[in-house]
Amino acid sequence: MNLGLGQLFWVVLQRDLMVAMRRWSDICNPVVFFVLVVSLFPLALSPRAEFLRALAPGVLWIAALLAALLSLNQLFRADIEDGTMEQMLTLPYPLGLVILAKTLAHWLVTGLPVVAVAPMLAITYHLPADAIGVLLLSLLIGTPTLSLLGSIGAALTAGLRQSGVLLALMVGPLMLPVLMLGARATDIALGGDDPTGPLYLLGALLALALSLAPPAAAVAIRISAD
Amino acid sequence: MARRRDGGSGSAELLTGTGLTLWRGANCLFEQLSFSAAPGGALLIRGPNGSGKTTLLRVIAGLTRAEEGEVQWNGAAILGRDESGRHIMAYCGHATALKPDLTTAENLRFFARLSGYPTGRLTELLAATGLTACAGLPARVLSAGQKRRAALARVLMSGAPLWLLDEPQTNLDAAGREFLARMLQEHLAGSGTAVIVAHQSIDLGTAPVTVLQMGEAA
Repeated sequence: MNLGLGQLFWVVLQRDLMVAMRRWSDICNPVVFFVLVVSLFPLALSPRAEFLRALAPGVLWIAALLAALLSLNQLFRADIEDGTMEQMLTLPYPLGLVILAKTLAHWLVTGLPVVAVAPMLAITYHLPADAIGVLLLSLLIGTPTLSLLGSIGAALTAGLRQSGVLLALMVGPLMLPVLMLGARATDIALGGDDPTGPLYLLGALLALALSLAPPAAAVAIRISAD
Repeated sequence: MARRRDGGSGSAELLTGTGLTLWRGANCLFEQLSFSAAPGGALLIRGPNGSGKTTLLRVIAGLTRAEEGEVQWNGAAILGRDESGRHIMAYCGHATALKPDLTTAENLRFFARLSGYPTGRLTELLAATGLTACAGLPARVLSAGQKRRAALARVLMSGAPLWLLDEPQTNLDAAGREFLARMLQEHLAGSGTAVIVAHQSIDLGTAPVTVLQMGEAA
């Protein structure tokens, strides 16, 4: 090995971010989708403040989950098609770390923008400031977990042609605990109670996904690249 | 699974394949196939289209798993890719591993960093491979031959003792083929090993060449 593990992580992360920066439309897709879904509810249901406020945690979290699912399809696809993954597989580096770097890069360009616009949308839903803070925190812990869980499904389906729905069916159920805890934490904060419990559980899920998802995705990539 | 044959024997040869068998559906691509390549020697895989040449190369690279048999490098399974070692192999398949949105130089810099090639010498390498003019162009606009040259540059950077090249002459012009022959000769002269899938002949100079003919049984 010519690079330390930290350097390897950084080199892969840097390259993926550079590729993403050259393709702006791909970055914008999930966040535009998120804004679109969230802004449709008041139009279709009712714009009353107390109604929207009760709706906000669920709507924002469902939209964030759908935006994550929408973007996951592309996580490894290009690398498998252009041969980059073959190179990664024949290099003497731990594949799990490469996948972790790629997943982080993917979250930074698709997940982070969603987290960043969420507070603005929450204001339009008349959410009070302290609940917005909890929403932001839960999304910040929860969306990386979604990306990590999704990386397993993305790795398994990267070799298939029409994988969108299959991917959603596979990783959707795994993502439900994150959705429930995230929405619940915000809801509890909205009711004026202490949301630390669900937030801790979200953190535990992130730790679990961080340690288990990359090796699982590495095994799946080997199968997909065959 | 790593099935270890008698450990001691055959360790003089660096790359060995023993009893490799692979079926694709009802078609047997190869059965009980064995080969070896010594340092400084080349293994030429030949055969008609669809005879499993690329698949065999992928098996050697550890990208595809053979149903039976094992490929060994210095007496240890190459499949396991234990992380003790340096970069053992440079694989150059049909796909060139270039990101269409990055420039040629950016693409190569990434692999230079991964394989420990001094990035300061990239300009030199680009000149040697005839890519200086398109160093700043996105890889998407390169011609097929230029992409192939970039892939060969990546193999050169790897510093790996084992080169696995899948039809490396594809899309190359006369000068490119000559460059490829020269780089292979130098690699073999420095006790490197090369496994090459090729339809046309490559001038490998005085290096010992073993030819592996595929698809005879069919």
